[in-house]
Amino acid sequence: MSLWYEFSKGIYKENPIFRLVLGMCPTLAVTTSVQNAIGMGIATTFVLFSSNLLISIIKNAVPKRIRIPMYIVVIASFVTIADLVMAAYEPALHKSLGIFVPLIVVNCIILGRAEAFAGKNRVLPSILDGLGMGIGFTLALLALGLVREILGNGTIYGYPVLGSGYNPMLIMILPPGAFLILGLYLGFFNWLDRKRKVS
Amino acid sequence: MELRALFVIVIAAIFINNFVLIRFLGICPYMGVSKQLDSAIGMGLAVIFVMTLASFATWLAYYFLLAPTANNLFYHIFRLSCPPDLTFLRTIVFILVIATLVQFVEMVIQKTSPALYRALGIYLPLITTNCAILGVTVLNVDEAYNLIESLVQGAAAGVGFTLALVLMAGLREKLETADIPEALKGTPIAFIMAALMSIAFLGFAGLSI
Repeated sequence: MSLWYEFSKGIYKENPIFRLVLGMCPTLAVTTSVQNAIGMGIATTFVLFSSNLLISIIKNAVPKRIRIPMYIVVIASFVTIADLVMAAYEPALHKSLGIFVPLIVVNCIILGRAEAFAGKNRVLPSILDGLGMGIGFTLALLALGLVREILGNGTIYGYPVLGSGYNPMLIMILPPGAFLILGLYLGFFNWLDRKRKVS
Repeated sequence: MELRALFVIVIAAIFINNFVLIRFLGICPYMGVSKQLDSAIGMGLAVIFVMTLASFATWLAYYFLLAPTANNLFYHIFRLSCPPDLTFLRTIVFILVIATLVQFVEMVIQKTSPALYRALGIYLPLITTNCAILGVTVLNVDEAYNLIESLVQGAAAGVGFTLALVLMAGLREKLETADIPEALKGTPIAFIMAALMSIAFLGFAGLSI
């Protein structure tokens, strides 16, 4: 297992959203625009990176039976840091992400990586794993946010791209659009896989 | 007047802002446990139970330990000059309270009611990482609900979750025999169905109460 593999697997091969189908709540809720998707992606990447780093350092000192509560405390501390920093420097973004900033704690990707990877591996592979997973998560959020913002609002990152004649499909930035686009993306990746297997 | 406000909270949490289909909380168990009707009902009951208890426990923790009010216990015990503001610890304290509570409920049910434990037991550990639980407790605080309102919102949110879960399980059982494109089988079609259900629930947004 090379270090490059630990980093790159999170981006496509084991992409947390499109492959592992983890962390669905923030995925669906915050992808109404590209800006929200990037903000959420960066916050989650920060928490994944930091918690993987700390957990891989302390893993031998943590008794096996109470490791999950310990991991949760570590993750919750980093989420609190991200929450406070975002509230201080990006208040508008913090407001539009709302309740989903504290809810990064219960994002299954983070506890999943802590349990499945950082608790068993050394520091360097763990931070690369966290970084790769975080970037994969961010890219997947971006893919969803892009489609929803273009179709639902006619803009990318707030700039109009489809011209004034375009009548926005409001449903795409409402909750049903999130489910629909994610379902179609998952179907698309299944289809790609099947095609590759056949050929 | 009070009763009317509670009624509004109930209707809002179950239908208008359904926790799963409109607010996107608790999607993982919604997709994971909705393959069979029996397990969906078991999971739903466990969630209602834990959500109500968690709303109660986190309300007490927030207003007696964290918030800078005259009731703050640290203010009284250490005779501080002004009530301390510990609200930045909210996320950490809430997740710990919920994790402890779930563990405790599991032990109590195991000792007192083996029948109930057999029905709910396997769903309880899953609940700690269910974001709907932490979500409802954070919402209670954000909307500055009092204790009764928090309890009602906790229970109603659980009912809303159960409703969405049971409906989905019923549909997915039918889906077993349906003719759908190979690539969409499994999770993708479940999401597309959730989109249709979500459109139906959007209709409740027109309710004016």
